[in-house]
Parts: sequence; C-alpha cells; structure tokens
Amino acid sequence: MGLESLYQEIILDHYKRPKNKALQDKYSVEVHHNNPSCGDEITLRVQVENQIIKQLTWDGVGCSISQASSSVMSELTQGASIEKALELEVSFLELMQGKGQVEADEQELADAVAFSGVARYPARVKCALLSWMALKDALLRAGGSK
Amino acid sequence: MPLLDTNLIRQDFPILGRTVRNGKKLVYLDNAATSQKPLVVLDAERNFYLNHNAAAHRGAHLLAEEATDAFEGARAIVADFISAQSSEIIFTKSATESINVVSYGFSNHLSKGDPFYISKDNNIVVTQLEHHANLLPWQQLAKRSGATLSWLGITADAQIDISNIDSMINDKTKIVAITHQSNVSGAITQLEPIVKRAREVGAMVLLDACQSVPHMPVDVNKLNVDFLTYSGHKAVGPTGVGVLWGRSELLEKMEPMITGGSMIDHATIESATWAKAPKKFEAGVPNMAQAVGLGTALKYLTKIGMDKIQSHEEILVAKALTGLQDISGVEIIGSKSLLNRGSAISFTLEGVHPHDVGQVLDDYGIAVRTGHHCAWPLMQELKLNATTRASFYLYNTPEEVDIFLNGVREVKKFFKV
Ligand SMILES: Cc1ncc(COP(=O)(O)O)c(C=O)c1O
Repeated sequence: MGLESLYQEIILDHYKRPKNKALQDKYSVEVHHNNPSCGDEITLRVQVENQIIKQLTWDGVGCSISQASSSVMSELTQGASIEKALELEVSFLELMQGKGQVEADEQELADAVAFSGVARYPARVKCALLSWMALKDALLRAGGSK
Repeated sequence: MPLLDTNLIRQDFPILGRTVRNGKKLVYLDNAATSQKPLVVLDAERNFYLNHNAAAHRGAHLLAEEATDAFEGARAIVADFISAQSSEIIFTKSATESINVVSYGFSNHLSKGDPFYISKDNNIVVTQLEHHANLLPWQQLAKRSGATLSWLGITADAQIDISNIDSMINDKTKIVAITHQSNVSGAITQLEPIVKRAREVGAMVLLDACQSVPHMPVDVNKLNVDFLTYSGHKAVGPTGVGVLWGRSELLEKMEPMITGGSMIDHATIESATWAKAPKKFEAGVPNMAQAVGLGTALKYLTKIGMDKIQSHEEILVAKALTGLQDISGVEIIGSKSLLNRGSAISFTLEGVHPHDVGQVLDDYGIAVRTGHHCAWPLMQELKLNATTRASFYLYNTPEEVDIFLNGVREVKKFFKV
C-alpha cells in the first residue's frame, strides 16, 4: 500500500486540471476557509435557488490532495439539492475518518472514492476535507439544516 | 575540519536504526523541528526517577537533597554551555515560554524609571524572519501596553535587512527581539551592528537562539545581548525543558510571569515578595528530570565538540545546496552558499506543492518538514504558502544527503514535472 493508493490517477488529473476553479460573479454565499497548520486556503461561492445549488465555484491554494478534493467536490455538488450535498459531505467525512476501514460507496461518491487512500494518511485527511468543510459552512449559511 | 564519525554517533541514537514506510531506512532531516535523543539522555532521566526523585529545594530528606543537587548540577552545565553564570539560567518548559516570560516582564504599570516600564511612547522591534514564538508575545505586549510594534525587513537573500537599523532602532525602542538563525532560510543573523545600535539607544536585545545553540558554539559574553533562549528538545535534550538566560541586573528587576510555590522571599495572605533569580522565575515544582536530561545532552554535545558539529553540518549543507541546485525546478530560499547560513534548507519545487514533496520523500523514508514553519510573515513576504525544509544535525551523513537528493528527483518523476 504505497503512494499510488494515495495519489490515484483521478486525483492527479483533477490537480492538474481542476474543475470549477474560477470564482463566479453571482452568488448567494461566499466562504473562506484555511488550514492554519499547513497554509492551504479555499474560497467558495455558491448560488442557491429553491434549495438547489445552481452554481458552485472555488479558488484556492494548496497541495494536490486539497486541490483535487475541491475540484471533485465542486463537480459532485453542482446542481444538487442542499440536502443531498450535505448528505454527500457526511459520507465523505465518514470515509476520511475511517482510517482506511470504511468501504466507499462508489454509487454515491463517484470520483470522490479516489480519496479512500487518503484515510490511511492521518496527516493528509485535513487536506481532503478542507473544501468539504467549506461547503458545509456555505450550505448551512445558505439555509440548509444539519 | 573533517566529518564526524557518524557510525559511532548513530549508535547512540537507536531511533535512527529503525525502518519506516515500506521497510525503508529512516533518514531524519527534520532536526530544526526537533532532534533525536541519545541513550545517555534517556538514561539520565530514568536514573533520576529511579534513584533520586523528590521535589528539589523542598523537604529535609536525602532524596530531596539529591534531587536538588541533580537539578542545580544541570543548571551549572547549562550555564557553562553558553559561558554564563548559573544564577542567570532559568529553566522554562520551552523557548516559547521563555519569550513569553520576558514579554510579560514589561508593563505600563511599573514606575517610569523601571527598565521594564513600557508605554505608548515606546516601540518594540522584531523582524520579518521570526518564528511566531518570537513574534506573537511581542504583538501581545504591544497591545497591552500601547507600544508600537515595528520590524526589520528581509534582503533578497532572506537575511535580516540591517540597512535601516539606525531609524528602526531608536531612542523609543525598549527591546529588539531577534532570531539568531532562521528556522526557514537558515540565515545566520549579523548581530553585531544590531546589538551596537541597540546599545546606543539603550534598548534591550533578546536573542532567539533555538536554531543556533544546538548547532554552533555560543558565548553570551561575546554576543553582548541581554536575553537568550532555546529549547532543550532541539539540542538532543528532552521535551518539556527550555532555557532562558538573562543578565543578572535585569533578572533582578524583571517581574515574574508565573507566581506560586517556592518563588517567594516572604508571603502573607495579602501579598508576597520575590526570591532572587532564578528562583523568582521558577514557580512550582520544576521539570527536574527534564533539566537533568538537558544537562546530560549538553555534556554529550560538548564532548563531541560544538565547533566540530558546526563543521560537520557545513559539509552536509554544502553538499545539499550544490545537489539541489543541480535539480531543475528547485528554488532554494535564501543563501545558496555557506555564507551566513546554518543547517536549515528550505526550497520549493516547481509544479509540486511542498506537502506532496514531503509525502513522496516520506515514502522513501526521508523525514522533512513542509508548510509555513510557524513563520507566516516571512512566507507572506516571500509570497509563498509553504516550503519543504530539510535540516541536518550531527548524526546525519553524506549518504543521507544523497538519498535526500535522489528523493527529490523521484518526486519530479512521480508528479511528471
Ligand atoms: C527559531 C525558533 N524559535 C522558536 C521556536 C519555538 O520553540 P519551542 O516550540 O520549542 O518553544 C522554534 C521551534 O520551532 C524555532 O525554530
């Protein structure tokens, strides 16, 4: 179980060609999160209409894991309901905190299952979670409930 | 001077013989964060607990006497190591605590003639190169007292810029708090002009020697500063013990930050007066076993020779600097030669984030530090979010430098840059 399990192709692809990484002009909520221990940062903008994420874009700096995770998160939640997006966040969090013991649900998490290997590197879990924590914060502010 | 006999030295550090990921040999290059400990240090702590454990300076029994002797014996070694007097050595838990102790010595509630009186008419001078440990306590003091916080910038070489010290350090300056050696760029501070200027205007100088005392000979009399601090754990000593050295005439006047047991001259229900330094600054049962461990650590380093340790590191650093510059895409932060530089080397690699550099190196058994190294203002000035840092010590070898350089090349392969 080496580096390849951590840096799966999907992750490296998203890192090199991140999706939705350009902040939109029109948004209902903007949040800014950072990882004080490593300096990674993300700004997230979400346009919510009728409890649906109409558009979600982001910008940020950080390692391949945090950048790829932001990119995958932005794809997965685009067009989803707030409720659905928050469910995804819970599933992803469970996967990350599972120390490699939690089986990922491919149906639900799609590309995000590529991060399964991250769960075995405790120091990198926070990198993968940065964008999802920002998402949760933004959606709760946009009117979602826990 | 030649390299140290690392075969012999490494036998004293069993952890260096362990394997890490995928059975790879550990290559420990995170010495600026903390050093490994030789067996003699572990044995010294264990021996203290096994045979002499009691509360130093308290109790009328034999063990208390022995514990006191061991603790005070450690203080004498610590003093000797930097050519100071025992009465000027205060044991703290860390350099971080030491700097806080000095910053809390200043107050605007003192009488105006007191050397530690500070007010909105004063300034405090730090630098852009400081570790947060030597920045935040001064920010806080500025907030409490109304004094102005000002700072020296950095040169293109990530050295402290001393071109404007005459205006920055002025007759309003109370204290100049400055690092001896950067934990990021490895820059060694050109202290003399700074100290000279501070003396001219009557300002105190505190030296953060966390990255210098473990790595080179340091004599407080030659440095001519007022306070000096470092952490034991970076000098092959235990965690939980730091050193604060201060000039006796200043320690006599400085107020304690922490009050409590065994630091008084006299106490009533309403008030108390303080014992003389160092006791005044060591309230509570002290970290005796850790102090004893630190004493043993410094004896260990002295036996090898601080000048020899410094030369050994210089050979490794020179090799690493040359090797890194041969790898395209690597950018070294600060001086690319041995001139005014110590053992910490920070660098970036084009196209790969430092965390990812560190992760791949880790896969090869190489332990480095990645991130901002608790020096955000420096990172902001350099317009970087993070760097990768390799830092060397007495037990590192030229072969390890090669493994490290090869590791960096492997990072490039892995990320196809
Ligand atoms: C230059 C410098 N100053 C201060 C400190 C703080 O030392 P400690 O965390 O042991 O208190 C460090 C340690 O990282 C350092 O490198």
